[in-house]
Amino acid sequence: MEDDEIAKTQEERKRMQQEIATLDSVTYDRDLYGGTDRDAYVTSIPVNDEDDANNDSMNSEVVRKLSYTAPKNVYDNLPRGGADEDNSSGFLNPSRKIIDREDDYRRRRLNRVLSPDRHDAFAAGEKTPDPSVRTYADAMRQQALEREEEETLKAIAKKKKEEEEAAKAEGGNKRRNRWDQSQDGEAAAAKKAKATSDWDLPDAPAPAPGIGRWDATPTPGRVSDASLSAGRRNRWDETPTPGRSADADATPVGGATPGATPAGMAWDATPKGLATPTPKRQRSRWDETPATMGSATPMAGATPAAAYTPGVTPVGAIDVATPTPSAINLRGAITPEQYNLLRWEKDIEERNRPLTDEELDTMFPLEGYKILDPPASYVPIRTPARKLLATPTPLGTPLYQIPEENRGQQFDVPKEAPGGLPFMKPEDYQYFGALLNEDEEEELSPDEQKERKIMKLLLKVKNGTPPQRKTALRQLTDKAREFGAGPLFNRILPLLMQPTLEDQERHLLVKVIDRVLYKLDELVRPYVHKILVVIEPLLIDEDYYARVEGREIISNLSKAAGLATMIAAMRPDIDNIDEYVRNTTARAFSVVASALGIPALLPFLKAVCQSKKSWQARHTGIKIVQQIAILIGCAVLPHLRSLVEIIEHGLNDENQKVRTITALSLAALAEAAAPYGIESFDSVLKPLWKGIRSHRGKVLAAFLKAIGFIIPLMDAVYASYYTKEVMVILIREFQSPDEEMKKIVLKVVKQCVSTEGVEADYIRSDILPEFFRNFWVRRMALDRRNYKQLVETTVEIANKVGVADIVGRIVEDLKDESEPYRRMVMETIEKVVANLGASDIDARLEELLIDGILYAFQEQTSDDANVMLNGFGAVVNSLGQRVKPYLPQICGTIKWRLNNKSAKVRQQAADLISRIAVVMKQCQEEQLMGHLGVVLYEYLGEEYPEVLGSILGALKAIVNVIGMTKMTPPIKDLLPRLTPILKNRHEKVQENCIDLVGRIADRGAEFVPAREWMRICFELLEMLKAHKKGIRRATVNTFGYIAKAIGPQDVLATLLNNLKVQERQNRVCTTVAIAIVAETCSPFTVLPALMNEYRVPELNVQNGVLKSLSFLFEYIGEMGKDYIYAVTPLLEDALMDRDLVHRQTAASAVKHMALGVAGLGCEDALIHLLNYVWPNIFETSPHVINAVMEAIEGMRVALGAAVVLNYCLQGLFHPARKVREVYWKIYNSLYIGAQDALVAAYPTLDDEHNNIYSRPELVMFI
Amino acid sequence: MQASDRFNINSQLEHLQAKYVGTGHADLNRFEWAVNIQRDSFASYIGHYPMLAYFAIAENESIGRERYNFMQKMLLPCGLPPEREDD
Repeated sequence: MEDDEIAKTQEERKRMQQEIATLDSVTYDRDLYGGTDRDAYVTSIPVNDEDDANNDSMNSEVVRKLSYTAPKNVYDNLPRGGADEDNSSGFLNPSRKIIDREDDYRRRRLNRVLSPDRHDAFAAGEKTPDPSVRTYADAMRQQALEREEEETLKAIAKKKKEEEEAAKAEGGNKRRNRWDQSQDGEAAAAKKAKATSDWDLPDAPAPAPGIGRWDATPTPGRVSDASLSAGRRNRWDETPTPGRSADADATPVGGATPGATPAGMAWDATPKGLATPTPKRQRSRWDETPATMGSATPMAGATPAAAYTPGVTPVGAIDVATPTPSAINLRGAITPEQYNLLRWEKDIEERNRPLTDEELDTMFPLEGYKILDPPASYVPIRTPARKLLATPTPLGTPLYQIPEENRGQQFDVPKEAPGGLPFMKPEDYQYFGALLNEDEEEELSPDEQKERKIMKLLLKVKNGTPPQRKTALRQLTDKAREFGAGPLFNRILPLLMQPTLEDQERHLLVKVIDRVLYKLDELVRPYVHKILVVIEPLLIDEDYYARVEGREIISNLSKAAGLATMIAAMRPDIDNIDEYVRNTTARAFSVVASALGIPALLPFLKAVCQSKKSWQARHTGIKIVQQIAILIGCAVLPHLRSLVEIIEHGLNDENQKVRTITALSLAALAEAAAPYGIESFDSVLKPLWKGIRSHRGKVLAAFLKAIGFIIPLMDAVYASYYTKEVMVILIREFQSPDEEMKKIVLKVVKQCVSTEGVEADYIRSDILPEFFRNFWVRRMALDRRNYKQLVETTVEIANKVGVADIVGRIVEDLKDESEPYRRMVMETIEKVVANLGASDIDARLEELLIDGILYAFQEQTSDDANVMLNGFGAVVNSLGQRVKPYLPQICGTIKWRLNNKSAKVRQQAADLISRIAVVMKQCQEEQLMGHLGVVLYEYLGEEYPEVLGSILGALKAIVNVIGMTKMTPPIKDLLPRLTPILKNRHEKVQENCIDLVGRIADRGAEFVPAREWMRICFELLEMLKAHKKGIRRATVNTFGYIAKAIGPQDVLATLLNNLKVQERQNRVCTTVAIAIVAETCSPFTVLPALMNEYRVPELNVQNGVLKSLSFLFEYIGEMGKDYIYAVTPLLEDALMDRDLVHRQTAASAVKHMALGVAGLGCEDALIHLLNYVWPNIFETSPHVINAVMEAIEGMRVALGAAVVLNYCLQGLFHPARKVREVYWKIYNSLYIGAQDALVAAYPTLDDEHNNIYSRPELVMFI
Repeated sequence: MQASDRFNINSQLEHLQAKYVGTGHADLNRFEWAVNIQRDSFASYIGHYPMLAYFAIAENESIGRERYNFMQKMLLPCGLPPEREDD
């Protein structure tokens, strides 16, 4: 028991520390980062050993073949242990990959590009930045270009559309439906997801690059991308039409030595200079950098890996920074999916391989079979279709390349990684493949060696065992500055963009970044944007902890890099054309604001929100304010006014989206500030209320939302006025068919109605009629969120106008023909009645209500959420005695339903009885209850455990209210029926049954013969094995009741016998039961037998006795003073036993004893025991030493600190350090526990030389 | 200390104890311990008003003066630390 508790506490503590560590490290704490605690929370990844498993199953199959002669297909269909472990197919185990649970929007993170390092103005000082370094200006220029391009494309698309429409107007000819095309299949979807990437830029320098590229070749084959839904274009568009490939061939040298291409630099410097693309620029990029293409990923179209290859590719002075292009591509173009296919195929092939002659010989009897020659025309099938590997990529031709041959590597077999590196997954090869090359370390340049070292460490962090991971993480942290920011981030960040990343891996890598960030500090500046690109997606992850992690990193990053760098890095993204980028950037900015303080960011925000250049910038700026409000909640209050002022002009913005987001931001601010800060919103009240009259649709919805959140902040008078103003619009919008609008309207109504100043009469006359006419319709019950919102709003209205009004209006609907609608009505009635009671309900309404509820209850077909049951219970309970006339009818229904064929119905009926039992008692319907009792008794043969559990629960409810004496069937009949049910292993049955039995043992034990109780005792022993703690606790208590009823002797004998069982949990519970029996029947009835049992020469029994004693003294507290002398000899013996556990348990018994008898004059016995406890202080086993220390603490309480101090003094300055350590530990806990009391007991020290050690004050005497 | 001991509750206990001023450890010398004892004693005298009153009467000083004296003595209760013998 105690071991359990200790383990549990430890675990709990560990967990809490982890939580604190993850959540709370906004400020860097050396304890957390330098220490080891944080490492502990990395749980291990089960190493994926499917290959072994497969091999095993193969071998066993071979063995089986020799002995069995069944046809092969029979045992091929048998479940094969090893194969089940194989989750490589993805069919059997739910995938842990992040990408598999993401939606399309979130997957857009993979479209982002790791931008090259930025210029660090702080580090460079006054120097002019090197032209090869990307500066803020470059980033902004690129952004502007992208925008321009986007606009041009839009214009083109528009023009095309117009043309098309014109053509359509001419009529007749077949219309090419662009939207149909873009919808077919994955490829199109992916294409859609793929927004313009930076990659395209260098090819598209001119103001109108699109025209040259797309319009020039309107061949049918290229139509799909020519449809050009604005901004959707991708690299694969560049299908090598003959003309283009000729171009590409024309400049092979340029491809080989890309760094030298002057065009790349020229681009950097003078983007406008190249109005007409030279042929050279036409060179298609997939010719240039095969290495990057090699890492193309499974996702059709989107090629994240390719997009951020860490390499300095030609044009890449701008785009990418690849340290070692050649190192990446070791595995060629294999993707994880392909690898899985390969594995899968291999497996299938293995199973379907032709049988050899030997195998056939073993299968068939020797006689009766003849071996025939195969027909001459026979050719073995070698279906190419099954050879999945024959086609290198499912993606199609552009990715194909001739794999470089590398003799130093074996391809299929996951090789034993050299140097104790962890297992490498196929996906990892493209990142870590270089580690498998057995090149000589010495031949590498220092930089390459460094790379290699980093890769090794990262691989260990990512895939290694916990200890490996821990040391690797520490090395990475310690050497971070030595490795340098560039090499580190160039390795880490691409890994995070890996599409097959799993949650755990991401967590680990993010942790690496966190640690490294802390060490690198200002060195991270050039990499801020890169880091943001991979971390921002975490902010919108669906997993809460991922979001928290993301916030933590960004907050640390902003502290390391400083506000200026952060703004410089994120500013270009603020008006990015991709909404995804803007969204995540806004969220990241809000984190920066919370890390560095809102005031620091205000000037910037102000400028952004007023940007004249693009509405996107304004939109994002305002969205940042919204995110700040959401993130930091009420902490916005000091800055509320300035934040509102910054965004208020957005309400009148020319762009609709900006108006909408402004209103939403105001809503978020008001929500965060509630219930304060109305004065800050003064300036926006007018535009808001004016706005709702002029706007429609989405904008109106947003405005209404803002108003809904602002009204609750107002004083009563104003709230009432403004509510009336807005109500007109709200009532008009009641009819809106738009779902979103409906939800918002409902919410606003709820907020308005709950405000103080809004009167019930006004609601009744002005709102209710329209509200019920428009919202209480069947359609509303169909959508889950509408349903919830409507119920909430109606309940809120009911709080204002009372029960009768609301229930009166909807009670008829309980008989509606639509079940979901009835359920919604029922839930509303339940909540209203539970909140407000039923005193408002008059006789007529009461009748209608009961009638309706009975109808709804009977007509229900399913009630998974127990809405009907709860509603019924709530109404009956709140009506109380008024239900009496209806009870016979209700009971009739219940009885009828108890006999129903469906188990669910029976269960529900039984549950209903337990809910209304109390009310039936109030109505003096005891006879009826007795009758129900008999009926339930008859159903105890129920075979569905869920139902049986409910029936037992109902019986318990009846027994509870009518008492043991009046119960029918009589207890003496009921209990014997329950005894066999105790054997049932179903948790619900066990729990209800033990509760009922315990109840009877407690209150009506005399109705049952003692023999029956003994029988039950034996059954109860089995219940101690239950998993649920509640059951074990109820069981242990029941032992106490039974012992009280029939005397402790027999029960005790049973329990003491049970100490001999093997199972630990069982023994522990038994000891608890013994202690409880001792408590209920006085210790003197139990102690003799218990102490006698200690003489049994068996470890378990003796320990059980000691443990019982420990619990016993814990329970009886100061009653223990009468027994302490009796048990002392036993404890003496136990404390001198060779067995550790004896001493441990005895020490904890001593502790409880000491604490119980403190101050009751048992010091002599306690000192005697302390003399036996003390020698154990040198124990090393954690549990033992813990128990001993606690016993000494107990002694401190009982004997006083001075006594223990005197024991302590002998060892504080012992020559042996080991001894001193222990003694000081005891001294310290003594000191912390009773510092003041020690003052009088410290030894007298004599003065030495110049030092005064004596305390003359203590010898003063008057 | 074994590796397994490093993370159990006992090591945490010691860590916890170490946070309190006045707790000791195996390398504490006579002087340091005595300083702690003296400071604890003075703190205790000041904290218990009856004690303070008792000393005031015995020394024929005002209670405030006694309190002040004790507080002053807490600064260097045993005088300067002795020279290290071994180094």
